[in-house]
Amino acid sequence: MNDRKPIYLMSPALAWLTAFMVIPCLLILALAFFRRGIYGGVEYTFTMENLALVFDPLYASIFLKSAWIAGLSGVIAVVVGYAAAFAIAAAPARRQPMLLFFAVLPFWSNYLVRTYAWIVLLNREGLIVSVVQALGYDGELPKLLYTESAVVVGLVYNYLPFVILACYAPLSRLNPEIAEASRDLGGSGWTTFRRVILPMTVPGIATGFVFVFVLSIGNFVTPALLGGGQFQMIGNLIYAQFLTANDWPFGAALSMFLIAIMMGLLTLQTFATERASGARREES
Amino acid sequence: MRSQANPRLMLMILSAVFAFLYIPISVLFALSFNEGGLPTAWTGFSVKWYGELVRNDEIIGAAFNTLMVAIVSTFLATILGTLLAVGVEIRRRKGRFLETIIFAPMIIPDIVLAIALLSFFSMLNVTMGLHTVIVSHVVFNLAFVCSVVRARLKTFDWSIVEASTDLGASTPITLWRVVLPVMLPAVIAGALLAFTLSVDEFIIAFFTAGAGRDSITLPMQIFAMIRFGITPEINALATIVMTVSVVALALSQRLNRGGLPGQ
Repeated sequence: MNDRKPIYLMSPALAWLTAFMVIPCLLILALAFFRRGIYGGVEYTFTMENLALVFDPLYASIFLKSAWIAGLSGVIAVVVGYAAAFAIAAAPARRQPMLLFFAVLPFWSNYLVRTYAWIVLLNREGLIVSVVQALGYDGELPKLLYTESAVVVGLVYNYLPFVILACYAPLSRLNPEIAEASRDLGGSGWTTFRRVILPMTVPGIATGFVFVFVLSIGNFVTPALLGGGQFQMIGNLIYAQFLTANDWPFGAALSMFLIAIMMGLLTLQTFATERASGARREES
Repeated sequence: MRSQANPRLMLMILSAVFAFLYIPISVLFALSFNEGGLPTAWTGFSVKWYGELVRNDEIIGAAFNTLMVAIVSTFLATILGTLLAVGVEIRRRKGRFLETIIFAPMIIPDIVLAIALLSFFSMLNVTMGLHTVIVSHVVFNLAFVCSVVRARLKTFDWSIVEASTDLGASTPITLWRVVLPVMLPAVIAGALLAFTLSVDEFIIAFFTAGAGRDSITLPMQIFAMIRFGITPEINALATIVMTVSVVALALSQRLNRGGLPGQ
């Protein structure tokens, strides 16, 4: 087959992606620079107001709050996910695929269902309260559902499988001889981990963190269900602009901001990956 | 690495993580069979909540819509995604721009794609309904099908294509009679993955389904029900939805060992 044929094979899909992804996304980009109409529509006059509004102190607290929740979820998910990936990579080779499969399986079940499961566990008549009371505790329990912690738990729970997958990839490729060499040279287990294994697996950690952070900060489902609508993430703010406040240009500007955060983090992650592979080359 | 890791500590970590991952969904699963329907007391095994579901017309309607969206979007995405994968892999020059476009649907936050499509459809004055949900689902589904099929194509022996061409077969005949049979497991695996993603997808459907009651999908129905409160019916519905995705995924995995994106 010559080199021109691929175009015919690729064009239907590329046309679809252009029409229903590239153009709509460009449209959103353009929308961010238009003025909001008086009756909620869009007025086609150029303005920078929407982008300026994104940095308005009024929204700063929402951004900081959502960055805090997303960052905390990212850190917890990475710590737990890395430990799990490490344990899977340390298991006998023939068991690893099965362990990995079961670690990732929940990720492919419905997001709403997984979030709902936490409502069942955390609510006032929920399982956790019942278990604690059955154990003989009859004092007042702190509120579990509709709290910031509930949102963080939900986000960690939903995205953990992906972090395990991301951290497992570099851990499984690690040459055991490198760790052995470190120990032969007198490095303790902890030193070997901190100075040798950890730096070489930074790409997986970075990928996992970026993924959890971006999906969390743009989330509107988990804050709505587990936060009881008390917490606004950037995702909730975007949702509101389109479905209740009817300020599409501002919603578009917020989306651009979200994409900008994602691009920035992905660039950092590429940088981290390149540094790690550079370190690997120097060592070999 | 294996020699240095403390086996007891590793076992503890694995048990804790698997407990964290599986206890919440297992509780849901068990509660869906609890006769009393309350999470506080087990009053006996019963499938009555499943019976309630079948009698609920709204849920049956939503389930029908979901199947419709999933089947049509999977069908379209499988064709488009497979052709795309074959096209990309037989191209000798790999363009970075092309890779970005193909990869983008998998990493763009759902909410951004959702509002982009909503703005796009409403600006074109398209009446929204199930058809717009289908069109939107094809966007990310084709990317996932493409990535599964490409993973398999990496190990594909292209000399059989040359042999077919040398023997005088035209390109479509070669694709249909030579490439497709070899690729079929990966194509089916990709289709099953797409089907699962579509059945479970909520955010994009929520924004592109329009306001009508008759274009509500199952995840939209579940979202509305959860906001209203906890009911035993949701437990049963959640269990069914979860089982469908897990079975489809396990099948997909079996057909295409290690071919899922990210693995």
